[in-house]
Amino acid sequence: MSAISSKEGGGFPNPGLPPHVHRQADISKAAEKRAELIVASMFLLSVVGTVLFIAAYFLVTPTGINLFAEEKSPSALWWSNLTIGLGLAIAVFFIGAAAVHWAKTLMPDEEMVEERHDIRSSDETREAAVGIINDGLEESGIARRPVIVTAMVAALAALPIAVLAPLSTLGPLPGNKLHHTFWGHNPGQRLARDHDGTPIKLSDVAMNSIFHIMPEGLTSETEHHIEERAKAAAVIVRFDPKLAKNEDSMAMGVEGVLAFSKICTHVGCPVALYEQQTHHMLCPCHQSTFDVTDGAKVIFGPAHRPLPQLPIQVDDEGYLVAPGDFIEPIGPSFWNIHKNKDV
Amino acid sequence: MCDHVSTTTPSTRKQTSVDANNSRVYKLGAVGGDWLDKRVAGGGLIKFMARKIFPDHWSFMFGEVALYSFVILLISGTFLTMFFDPSMSEVVYNGPYEALQGATMSRAYESTLEISFEVTGGLLFRQMHHWSALVFMVAIFVHMFRVFFTGAFRKPRELNWLVGFTLMVLGMVAGFSGYSLPDDVLSGNGLRVVEGLMKSMPVVGTYLVMLMFGGEFPGTDIIPRLFTVHILLVPAMILGLIAIHLVLLVLHKHTQYPGPGRTERNVVGFPVFPVYAAKAGGFFFLVFGIITMISATTSINGVWNYGPYDPSPVSAGSQPDWYMLWTDGGLRLIPGWESTIFGYVLSWNMLIPMGIYGLLLAALALYPFLEAWVTGDDREHHLNDLPYNTPVRTGLGVAWIMTYLILALAATNDLIAIALDLSINDLTWALRIGFFVVPVLSFYITKRLCLSIQRQKRDLALHGEETSRIVRTDTGNMIEIHAPLSEYDRWVLVQHDDYRPLKAGKGVSALRAKATSFFFKDRIDPVTPAELREALEHHGHEKHVIDELTGGDYRTPSEKSSH
Repeated sequence: MSAISSKEGGGFPNPGLPPHVHRQADISKAAEKRAELIVASMFLLSVVGTVLFIAAYFLVTPTGINLFAEEKSPSALWWSNLTIGLGLAIAVFFIGAAAVHWAKTLMPDEEMVEERHDIRSSDETREAAVGIINDGLEESGIARRPVIVTAMVAALAALPIAVLAPLSTLGPLPGNKLHHTFWGHNPGQRLARDHDGTPIKLSDVAMNSIFHIMPEGLTSETEHHIEERAKAAAVIVRFDPKLAKNEDSMAMGVEGVLAFSKICTHVGCPVALYEQQTHHMLCPCHQSTFDVTDGAKVIFGPAHRPLPQLPIQVDDEGYLVAPGDFIEPIGPSFWNIHKNKDV
Repeated sequence: MCDHVSTTTPSTRKQTSVDANNSRVYKLGAVGGDWLDKRVAGGGLIKFMARKIFPDHWSFMFGEVALYSFVILLISGTFLTMFFDPSMSEVVYNGPYEALQGATMSRAYESTLEISFEVTGGLLFRQMHHWSALVFMVAIFVHMFRVFFTGAFRKPRELNWLVGFTLMVLGMVAGFSGYSLPDDVLSGNGLRVVEGLMKSMPVVGTYLVMLMFGGEFPGTDIIPRLFTVHILLVPAMILGLIAIHLVLLVLHKHTQYPGPGRTERNVVGFPVFPVYAAKAGGFFFLVFGIITMISATTSINGVWNYGPYDPSPVSAGSQPDWYMLWTDGGLRLIPGWESTIFGYVLSWNMLIPMGIYGLLLAALALYPFLEAWVTGDDREHHLNDLPYNTPVRTGLGVAWIMTYLILALAATNDLIAIALDLSINDLTWALRIGFFVVPVLSFYITKRLCLSIQRQKRDLALHGEETSRIVRTDTGNMIEIHAPLSEYDRWVLVQHDDYRPLKAGKGVSALRAKATSFFFKDRIDPVTPAELREALEHHGHEKHVIDELTGGDYRTPSEKSSH
């Protein structure tokens, strides 16, 4: 049953197409000539654009010849992009403008009517189609040969499972790779500044400062160094121990210097922003906010777990070292993050 | 009725002269046509296609824009593959861009820099590729909502709606995979977010990321793999679905807006050849020209500013391309929920946003079937609805768009907070509340607006246009002079269908009765022929009174004096 309500007296009659209104170019020879001239000029303008494009391609290049700027300068690139682009834009745009103007002013604009037909096939066609299918099924004997059908279903069901084999070789099993970082694999490493790789002394860390750090042994020579950097990235911060809200966390640091993973526990962006006044770390991707005076606990945003802390000590020469790994796996949570921790 | 309307021969069409028939070009064409027809039966195709009628309306151009920007994507993308090297092997840069000289980077990033700085025309084609991708997605969305709001998804076009929907999803996949290829800091962090989301899936997550990245993030496989996805798999699927989309378009014939002479049984417009060959073909060049112009003058995604991908840095104000914003917004609004059951973790702060995205897409894909179930309407529809005549559908569409926009806005919350000097926390809270409140409010507001437009159109159909000329009768009554509508103008206002809620029982389930009530309880009675007759009669009396008072001259005293 449908919710359409019937129209009283079948509704209004359709009045049919309104009378046609002629365009200027249909009734005035002068207007027609003018339109013709405009269309032709625009086509010719396109030719100018093509010439400009080709000329610019060879005469206004980013690294070689350039008519408008010094060779290889940034402005050579700017001029090259502009002139080649404008040439191409003119070349294509005016073909379009000419064609559309032609259609709108000079081609017939009296509306034409085409009848529609039902999408559904006629009854005869349907009957014929059903007949063909039935005949085909009969000829194949599919109904009479259950053994073949069963075997065929088995074959077609089994084959897709084969896809799993090549798929499984796309990568290794996770094992416990996600549970450990370079810090854990190489205990006792010095904390080094990210990028220049120099180790950091406790005395280098000024009050309220932040350092972006990597393990000293993790260099561009290290195997899989980008993957290792993606997990080992950390920061150290120093604040007045009187501000501390979390004794366990303070115990893992030295004189108010604490180290935390830099990888957000929400979806894994680097938590790169530090507010010195409030000692909050902020993830620029989704604004999770962590309070480093309280063990990097989440105080706002979509992250749930605190940034994992990296316990640190001071070695004989006064350098900061990490005796082991982060206290729990870094980055976004996953199904078995709390399981299967052994190296 | 309209039955007498048939294919007309435009009187303005120029007669082909005898001279032209004998011209050399004509003979050449005949020979060529003969050759082709004998080999590919071209004659039949031309007879079938060339005089097909398509209706004309500006809102039908959005789909064209999408198609044409896809062609531009193919052209500019082919150029880029000639110079791009999808490799993650490490190199040290010593090209012309001074700021990065000596930096370690992947070959993919280096070749992107080469395309930008050293290949002549390379920067232009990169920018054209990126701009046309943005335009492609805008056009798809606008086209989709044109179809939605006009009900052009109704029988027999439900399957084509699904094809279009799949094209929209594939467009996002194409966009994201391409965005990731240059291997810069922004795109690398985008991939890392995808890795985090995938990893959060219960049981299989960690296995999936290992398979996708060929090991731990980022590895050295992901860019070559995304390259194949981006330049082969997805474009091939898009091309195939576009072909299906267009074949179905020809099969169904285009929908048209209601108007005098237009019925469910005809299509009124212009022929493919020559009018649409020129208009639509020309429009391709216009779109091409405009995108090229933008690319020549407005730079986009300057990956050299972001630097090569390194897992440690990220900059504030990192947003994906506009069509992926909504997928980032939910991640910013969700509170930090996570639960641990028997030691296993369920990360609601990722699973809930992903679930919401899935629901939003599913709602869009399945809406035609939902509406067909509610109305029980089994007729073919080729006349488009005017959006105000379907208040609930229009309201639902606006509510969907508002949900989408809230999510997209949420993905730019840091930029908004800076621009408007707001607290990011307050803004995030406002958007969290907005996510629930704004769609509901916008539904009701839209629905009420549609109903009041219907009311106004009803008055217009019955009484004609107000002329702002008022006549005072001897007794002090004021009568405004109304100019009646022409039959043609009135037709658009009175032709639409009317639906009513159904009562439960007699094959109508209680649920469906409720649904029809939700859709059609608030309705404006359409004008009936009897009402119109009565209104015209009333008008006749009124006109009589006015004519007596004015002597049939409706000009104001000041107009009279100026003549």
